[in-house]
Amino acid sequence: MQPKKKTLRPIVTGSSVLGIKYKDGVILASDTLGSYGSLARFRDIRRIVPITKHTVIGGTGEFSDFQEITKILRQKIIENQELVESGKEEDELLPSEIHSYLSRVLYGRRNKFNPLWNDVVVAGFEKGKVHMGTVDLWGSYFEDDIIATGYGTYFALPLMRKAYKKDMERDKALEVLRDCLTVLFYRDCRTINRYVFAEITKEGVNITDPVEIETKWEIADWQEGKL
Amino acid sequence: MFRTQYDSDISIYSPEGRLYQIEYAMQAVAQGSTALGLKSKTHAVVVTLMRSSDELSSHQRKIFKVDGHMGIAISGLTADARVLLKFMRNETLHHKFVYGSNLPTGEVVSSLAMKSQRNTQRWGRRPYGVGLLVIGYDGDKTHLYQTSPSGNCFSYYAQAIGSRSQSARTYLEKNFKAFPELGLEELVLHGVKALKESSGKETLTKLNVGIAVVGKEQKFEILKPNKVQTYLDQILQTEGEIEIENENENEKDEEAETLELKLD
Repeated sequence: MQPKKKTLRPIVTGSSVLGIKYKDGVILASDTLGSYGSLARFRDIRRIVPITKHTVIGGTGEFSDFQEITKILRQKIIENQELVESGKEEDELLPSEIHSYLSRVLYGRRNKFNPLWNDVVVAGFEKGKVHMGTVDLWGSYFEDDIIATGYGTYFALPLMRKAYKKDMERDKALEVLRDCLTVLFYRDCRTINRYVFAEITKEGVNITDPVEIETKWEIADWQEGKL
Repeated sequence: MFRTQYDSDISIYSPEGRLYQIEYAMQAVAQGSTALGLKSKTHAVVVTLMRSSDELSSHQRKIFKVDGHMGIAISGLTADARVLLKFMRNETLHHKFVYGSNLPTGEVVSSLAMKSQRNTQRWGRRPYGVGLLVIGYDGDKTHLYQTSPSGNCFSYYAQAIGSRSQSARTYLEKNFKAFPELGLEELVLHGVKALKESSGKETLTKLNVGIAVVGKEQKFEILKPNKVQTYLDQILQTEGEIEIENENENEKDEEAETLELKLD
């Protein structure tokens, strides 16, 4: 009897990815943790990666499948470069096309009962506007101005919905994301306090190095004068 | 061209390094009735002369839609054209399904060229006996390509293929420098005038002239006969005006002669 060669359950996993549009572009954020069940095993992984000069993807779920998706998409970009006549950068695949292609791939895998176990955020800049959306392991596709995956859908999305205004300022957008990441660190047991931000504007993609965000762990009852 | 001992198979070169079978296939294209294409910065147009085998039959359609942003005009073996058309429609549809966007014209033409070339190098296959003029609008640019049985494809500002196409080509060569800035109406008029050059003794009517346009904010559209008639009318009107001017000049000459006689 042949062994099962399809996805059974996720092993090394990444937690939430958040995304919010602002006046000049879009910012994505995630932590840098790859959990091995309850063990915080890989503490400096990148769950937000660039695909082209104007597109990034972020992944929740099985990290090896996310690496595979990165490979598939980057390979597609190369193949497309050979087809495109002009050889110009602006004629390469758009974020919306990458998003559409990925949703076909994931849907195809789910139909074979062998999914890539991820919830992927695709974000980028095309034709003067931001494109952002998500595709999941079942092949469900949608676009929105604010995005959250994993536990972020439960904790961060309500906060982002309240704070989001169309064409908000960059600082305000970062403030909202930092606030949500803090809440997630308090409440989601599979996170660490080490974050990466990816900003996409018409100039291109900029992914920061990991940063820490201040959190408070004192017990209120035990503070002088507090209750 | 006369029969030689090197033309019986696609896989035989002649001593001059030619593949006669491909050249014979290109002859099939040259036998088809005229099809021409031209483009400006905002629109691309194809104009064709549709033959009918006799009075009882309908005119052979030569223009086909590939997708909302792309279409073709054919010259040569119509049945072969149908196969290539099906291929192009499939490619554009597949791209739309996977990427959610329009397939760039240049990419489908490249695929078509590869497909055509395969038939020039395979046992038991023959080249496609049809030439296509492909017009499309994508990436904010207009496109006009010609494909041929040889598998070559080129981009053009304007081009004509089929029988008597040289006359149309001469007209286009004379006028193409003005095309980029023209509006749609003027562009189509040039196309129809070019077609008139190659129409020979055949009168252009709304039944035997085919026109299709595509461009910025203009989905690929084959014009209805009544719309075609308006362009034909404009051509006839200009010619009619020239005729009337000539008549007036003749009359003036006659008057001058009689006056002189009177004086005498």
